[in-house]
Amino acid sequence: MILVWLIGILMGGGIAALLLGQGNRGLPRWISLFTVLAGFLAVIYIWIDQYPITQFPHKWLIQYRSDWIPNFGITFHLAIDGLSLLLLVLTFFIGLLAVVCSWTEVKEREGFYYFNLLWILAGICGVFMALDLFLFYFFWEVMLIPMYFLIGIWGSENRVYAAYKFFIFTQASGLLMLLSILGLYFIHANNTGIYTFNYLDLLGTSIPENIQYWLMLGFLIAFVVKLPIVPFHSWLPDAHAEAPTAGSLILAGLLLKTGAYGILRFVLPLFPSASEQFAPIAMLLGVVGIIYGAILAFSQTDLKRLVAYTSVSHMGFVMLGIFALNELALQGVVMQLLTHGISTGALFIMAGMLKERLHTRDIDQMGGLWKHMPQMGAMGMIFAMASLGLPGLGNFIAEFLILLGAFEANPWLTICAALGLIFSAIYSLRILQKVFLGSYQKDTPVQDLVWRETTILASLIISILWLGVFPQPVINTVKPTVIFIEKIFHDQGIAQAYLDRNIIKPQVISKQKKGTYVRK
Amino acid sequence: MNNLLWLIPVLPLLGFLILSLAGKSLSKTSIALIGVGSVSLSALITILIGLNFLNDPPAAGFISQTLYTWIEIGNFKPEITFLLDPLSLVFVFVITFIGALIHVYSAGFMKGDKDYSRFFASMNLFVFSMLVLVLADNLLLLYLGWEGVGLCSYLLIGFWYENPQNGYAARKAFIMTRIGDTAMAIALFMIFSWFASLQISDILLKAPQLFQQGDTTITIIALLLLAGGIGKSAQLPLQNWLPDAMAGPSPVSALIHAATMVTAGVYLIARMNVIFELAPIAQMTVAIIGAATLLIAGFSACTQYDIKRVLAYSTISQIGYMFLALGLGAWTAAIFHFMIHAFFKALLFLAAGAIIETLHHEHNMFKMGGLKNKMPVIFWTFLIGSASLAALPLISAGFYSKDPILWYAWSAEKGNMIFWAIALLGAFITAAYTCRMVIVTFWGSSKTEIGHMPGSLMTTPLLVLAFFSVVAGFIELPHNFGHFTLFSDFLHPVLPEVTMGNETWPEWIFQLMASLATFGGIYISYQLYSKNPALILRLKQSSLATALYQFWFLGWGFDRLYDILFVKPLTYLSNINKNDIVDQIYSGISFISIKLYRLLSYTQSGSLRWYAMGLLLGAIIILTIQIVT
Repeated sequence: MILVWLIGILMGGGIAALLLGQGNRGLPRWISLFTVLAGFLAVIYIWIDQYPITQFPHKWLIQYRSDWIPNFGITFHLAIDGLSLLLLVLTFFIGLLAVVCSWTEVKEREGFYYFNLLWILAGICGVFMALDLFLFYFFWEVMLIPMYFLIGIWGSENRVYAAYKFFIFTQASGLLMLLSILGLYFIHANNTGIYTFNYLDLLGTSIPENIQYWLMLGFLIAFVVKLPIVPFHSWLPDAHAEAPTAGSLILAGLLLKTGAYGILRFVLPLFPSASEQFAPIAMLLGVVGIIYGAILAFSQTDLKRLVAYTSVSHMGFVMLGIFALNELALQGVVMQLLTHGISTGALFIMAGMLKERLHTRDIDQMGGLWKHMPQMGAMGMIFAMASLGLPGLGNFIAEFLILLGAFEANPWLTICAALGLIFSAIYSLRILQKVFLGSYQKDTPVQDLVWRETTILASLIISILWLGVFPQPVINTVKPTVIFIEKIFHDQGIAQAYLDRNIIKPQVISKQKKGTYVRK
Repeated sequence: MNNLLWLIPVLPLLGFLILSLAGKSLSKTSIALIGVGSVSLSALITILIGLNFLNDPPAAGFISQTLYTWIEIGNFKPEITFLLDPLSLVFVFVITFIGALIHVYSAGFMKGDKDYSRFFASMNLFVFSMLVLVLADNLLLLYLGWEGVGLCSYLLIGFWYENPQNGYAARKAFIMTRIGDTAMAIALFMIFSWFASLQISDILLKAPQLFQQGDTTITIIALLLLAGGIGKSAQLPLQNWLPDAMAGPSPVSALIHAATMVTAGVYLIARMNVIFELAPIAQMTVAIIGAATLLIAGFSACTQYDIKRVLAYSTISQIGYMFLALGLGAWTAAIFHFMIHAFFKALLFLAAGAIIETLHHEHNMFKMGGLKNKMPVIFWTFLIGSASLAALPLISAGFYSKDPILWYAWSAEKGNMIFWAIALLGAFITAAYTCRMVIVTFWGSSKTEIGHMPGSLMTTPLLVLAFFSVVAGFIELPHNFGHFTLFSDFLHPVLPEVTMGNETWPEWIFQLMASLATFGGIYISYQLYSKNPALILRLKQSSLATALYQFWFLGWGFDRLYDILFVKPLTYLSNINKNDIVDQIYSGISFISIKLYRLLSYTQSGSLRWYAMGLLLGAIIILTIQIVT
């Protein structure tokens, strides 16, 4: 039930902010702050509470299930395992920062703004928890529409174009996923006579090879557009650049992660043989993304676009790691999701802070800011270092594990991907040079961080350091999920992997043709 | 005592944390106390543990201390473990001891700088990273230190950030070493995939069981590790970042870009000696790179007029000697030269820094002159350091460390006459540019007015280093000088003995020739720069000589080559695609959709005639199809 509350409190808080915001303009942000804080404390509590048992074979830590539209086999089924739990922690953490960094930035229609912000978070939470495909699709849309408003109303000059672009890209790819969901639904019904959208029942559905490939692609395209992977990335720089700070933060920190989560949770387990078949192409796409994103990042002069392209590059690592299909790489992927959320989120927050002070995002008009803002400079240095994968910070653990794992799967592609380490150094140091170093050109001094901003950035620094120095709690939490996924592709094949989870009743297994998914 | 090991790296880390968090609110005195104190305490603990190690060697041959498990995923289990064996002890000693002296010097040198605490914070972080690098018991932790020193080097080269030139030099250093680092990361992936472990002792133990000598895999691993070493140690072809790195404050050049960080490559190769012994091709490459680098950098050093750039090229050249020794399998000789070099090169940089500071930031040697009597302490210490660099026979430490390398260059199994000839020529050049530097700086007429003289905070470290630049040589004497081998005996448990092979002349002939080379170099410089300056003018008239001079002066054109080969194409590619060609495809799609919609909207003209026409046309088409089929 606590899972329903997590979503409920966000949605309720959003409505309250909207309604009460009519009368009192200062109220919505306080409502949002307390709502998200409550959620954050709750997920932290769950993590601490569940941590000792997360290390046993995969099972759902907390579940909530009730019928929704029983005629069509649609259930309201929420559940979390280690992977979902970590992403929920990230969601509320980033959500909290999003509220705090909007504190003074948003000056109009506060009520509606915070309503959208909280509903996006609610949608994201739902995506990370839903185990019913219909419900999943529902939440997928819930997070899309408020984001459209957020960019379209509170964005900068070119906001309407960016909002449309974001909406069309995500919506079009989402429809492909809907088609695939329906295809899966009917094939399962055909096989068993049971009409259900439930993920756990659909797992292990036997699908003819060629159809499986297309269904897999339907899901995958929806997810890689979100991730994003070259050549589906072009909505991202526009959306990032035009969105308000909190919007960019949520986009980079959370929305991109739903794509990776979708692949890990749905694509790989539902379509194992098709995924395996597609893996080399997917890894190649990942490598292309790493290098293409990095090269584009180097030439950008708009700070937010620049950071957006670094995201493309970093998400290439995620794609590479997921389709390496082994434990090391998958652990790296989960770590990358968290650390990228933190470090890139931080860079967007800084871009926002700089824009509030200098009224520009153009790095050619910055330079020498260290002189007046040594504190921000030092913090910027840390995040730039995180972005180039300096050991001791979380991003290094993530990228190193991904590359280490991917090397087992495909050494040549991994070597190409490793070039990304050089490129990331080039663009990260360029940011530092252009923004903070060099000589200060203008006459008026700029204000260094105020305590609210220091708190935001310091909390991010502590997190990224913690992940770099003591990553083990995260690794342990997600271990059962990762081992489950790895087992599908190695050792025993899918049937055994499901048996190990004790989730599916044995008779479901016996219904499928034996050996269909056993690895050749 | 031994369980204080972890404090050696952690103390400087603590210093860094305090200074970076509270640096703004501390007075300069307390900043200096924390910055210098943390490293000095580390040095003290090192000496205590080191003495303990010598008196009562641990049974296992090393001391190790595990703090915690960093990551554990299946069989991938790197720990935060520090391991002290004779090899790392030598490095830790050099890092903390010379590091502490340089910190003391910096307390005086940086006195007037507004970013006093940022300087000491970065220096402390550097010492921490470097100590982690040499104390790491697994390659992942080593990599942490490896990248950490790269970061600190970046921070300190670009310390005076307001000048964009410094920022450029800093980025160049970071990116060029990162190229090597990436190769090393790939080596780590390969090692893990073959050895299923990144623990150094595991790898060294398993390597001979897994691989035959000369196997392709082990050769590739060794070459990749070498690439990592080349980047950090500024060897061919990744050497050209180091001269630019002189943009940093002089203590930084002394500590990072002479004594310690740039020798990380030497450490790595020595540490992985088993792997290199298994890959003769790779080991030969090490020797060739070393030989080529020592020569190229030596010629460049002869042409520089910025005193720090002379020293920078000389550093590259001396590390070339170390690489040559590593490639010959003369492991202990390489490490011995590393230690001696650290003493005299740190001394030279610090003394040069003092001169530059006193002469109001004048870097050009030819504008110095006549400092012999005006700055006697600096003069004498600089002279001692120079003697060591030029390997003045018998009395300088540099002679005792360089002479074995020259001897092994031919007489060792992997040596040959060419290596020896190059090394000998290198010795000649070294003496020549060293003598040139000393003459031009200290003799002749005074050209720049001297300012404030350096205080005792700055001169005391010079005296200590000068003492070691003489005395340290006596702990390892050649075979025919009583064969006193304290240093190599200490290292032999971890580093194999050199295998001798080629029958050559007796060792004393080598020593005699090396001495002749040194004196020859000194004589040439004396002729050119003191006795007979007209010769230089004559040389300047020859176009070949000036062309060659320019070529050497610009570091053999490597900067320009890389600019044409890599930097320009990449920036070009990046800039033409600034607007992302992929996005144009989507814009194209939306453009076509809009056009199509415009086209179709013509049919909705609202005119009855057109609609009637359309109806008729449609009917005809349908009927035709009906009839035809």
